[in-house]
Amino acid sequence: MTETTVSKPATAASGPEAALPLAISSRASRRQDHKNRKAQKKTAKDPKRKITWDRIWAQRALMAMAVPLLLYQILFKYVPAYGWVIAFQHYRPGLGSIWNQQWVGLDNFRNLFTGVNGRQFANVIVNTLGQSLLSLIVGTIGAIVLALLLNEVKNLPFKRVLQNITYMPHFLSWVIVASLASVALSLPSSGGFINQALLNLHLISHPILFLTQPNYFWQIVAGTNLWKELGWNTILYLAAITAIDPTLYEAAEVDGAGRYRKMFNVTLPGIRPTIIVLLIINSGWILSTNFDLPYFLGNGLVSQRAQTIDVFVLRYGYQLGHYSVAVVAGIFKTIVAVILVGSANLAAKRFNQETLV
Amino acid sequence: MADTLAPEPVTLRPSRSRSPQNKWTTERIVFTTLNTTFLILLAGLMLYPLLNTLAISFDNGQDAVRGGIGIWPRVFSLENYSVVFHMSTLYQAFFMSVLKTVVVVATNLFFTSMLAYALSRKEFIFRRSITLIFVLTLYFDAGLIPNYLLIKDLGMLNTFQAYWVPTIISAFNLILLRTYMKSIPDEIVESARIDGAGEFRTWWQIVMPLCKPTLAVIGLFVAVGSWNSWLDTLLYNSNEQWLSTLQYELQKLLSSSMASGMNGSGQAGGAAAAAAGAQGTTPIALRSAITMVAAVPILFVYPFLQKHFVSGVMIGSVKG
Repeated sequence: MTETTVSKPATAASGPEAALPLAISSRASRRQDHKNRKAQKKTAKDPKRKITWDRIWAQRALMAMAVPLLLYQILFKYVPAYGWVIAFQHYRPGLGSIWNQQWVGLDNFRNLFTGVNGRQFANVIVNTLGQSLLSLIVGTIGAIVLALLLNEVKNLPFKRVLQNITYMPHFLSWVIVASLASVALSLPSSGGFINQALLNLHLISHPILFLTQPNYFWQIVAGTNLWKELGWNTILYLAAITAIDPTLYEAAEVDGAGRYRKMFNVTLPGIRPTIIVLLIINSGWILSTNFDLPYFLGNGLVSQRAQTIDVFVLRYGYQLGHYSVAVVAGIFKTIVAVILVGSANLAAKRFNQETLV
Repeated sequence: MADTLAPEPVTLRPSRSRSPQNKWTTERIVFTTLNTTFLILLAGLMLYPLLNTLAISFDNGQDAVRGGIGIWPRVFSLENYSVVFHMSTLYQAFFMSVLKTVVVVATNLFFTSMLAYALSRKEFIFRRSITLIFVLTLYFDAGLIPNYLLIKDLGMLNTFQAYWVPTIISAFNLILLRTYMKSIPDEIVESARIDGAGEFRTWWQIVMPLCKPTLAVIGLFVAVGSWNSWLDTLLYNSNEQWLSTLQYELQKLLSSSMASGMNGSGQAGGAAAAAAGAQGTTPIALRSAITMVAAVPILFVYPFLQKHFVSGVMIGSVKG
């Protein structure tokens, strides 16, 4: 309690601040709050909370429900990490168990980051980040715009029909979506209606084979993601919009604000916390998204722009048998992802919002 | 804190729809027209690829390769579907997909809800540590090849178990369900206890029926995920034809047509394409038919379940 003198004014202010979820409370007051809560908890639970064999025996039924499943989860989610040892080996499946393999130290790490796979892997990382960021930005903007426009629809049955239609692609599998996309982007003679539409509008003079052009690939991934998830991503924004206090709109109307002023000066600021939190959380998964589409739509002609980390692991590692190098790539991805998602969640918590995970 | 949360005096504020600004001004008519047009176009864009595929799947195979089919078949034919359901591999794959989905949903709901019940009991001493271990698996993933090695070392390659055993608990759904169960009043559980029910009985007969709406939502998400998955088949069960699933068969067809169809001719390679040629249909028509067969179960249940799906997202956004 040495900090009491420093944090006193802040503590005094912390009451009303806590009531306003978005107000920024000072660090000192938070620490103080935390301490108080901790102290309270301790005194409250100390006599009862002790773990003794008696208590474990008394709760044997709950133990029987939980402990086997805990062991199960450890086996299927944590134990596989033993496979990471093959990152330090020259793994050949033919040799049987992973303890029979030739140890090569850090050779695979060197190969992947600077050696023979260095340029390819650098490219893979650029692709992963590029595709994810483009999809994230396009998807977020699209969802916000659609949520704002849907919010202006006052005819409820019509609104519901629109929502049902736009949510639908979310439930189709990536295989189906990729199949639809590959048809849509092909030549008009193969059913490529995008080419057909562009030709009819005289935007292009001859059809483009989109899926053979490396420079279109990121845009294709972002566009397909947008098609699949656009409606679905509006759900949380629409919910945030309904939570905005209607008196704010009335006040704006009294002040003479029109439709667009209300949209930009009431609705958008009202859903800003939601936008920020969702952006932060989604950017935590930036290395983990984008597997199916680049896997299905990528081909030899566009692989320099198509291959992402997960595709690299599956194609180069699993299917071509370079297990060890692929495991190094997997370890890299997992470590970066844990750091990113963890800090994303911490950052989201700083906004005092409820987080998704 | 209590004083800041004091109830606001109840005021009768006019609802927005009755506010004077809402009369039909020119500005409003123009905006509504433009907005409605835009949204209808957008909805069309969402539906068009599916309607187009549907039309091709009902079109005569030879005619379909000429292209230019919109949302209505030019030469109506059921040939493609009859080929699909006479190809024993696809027929089998359909039933394997159904079986897999049913087993995954049943086991997942059973085990997830059992654990969620235990973790929702306040007196359970390990509930915090166990919850933490499960939550951390949302972040941590050993990776594709280590997971494959585990399944291999457990001897589950090319078995049906590889489909459902690794997925009997999903940490995210566990947290959803636990949060919901925590909201059930303690008195209900206590009264069951007084009537002599043990933990298993309380879970199965008291708590489970109260969780039906949430269980329905979780079951739907799990079912959709299982029906749509293809990577598990590719990794674990690709050597056994009888374990193949519909999504995996479609994936094979897609991959082969992507590999050989880059010249734009829409020609697919592989066994299914050969079968297509022999049966008088064409790869593009056949692929459309398989796409529809894989999509239709979802499209059929979708309208009825849409509101549950949405409520599932809303539950998910509230942290436990």
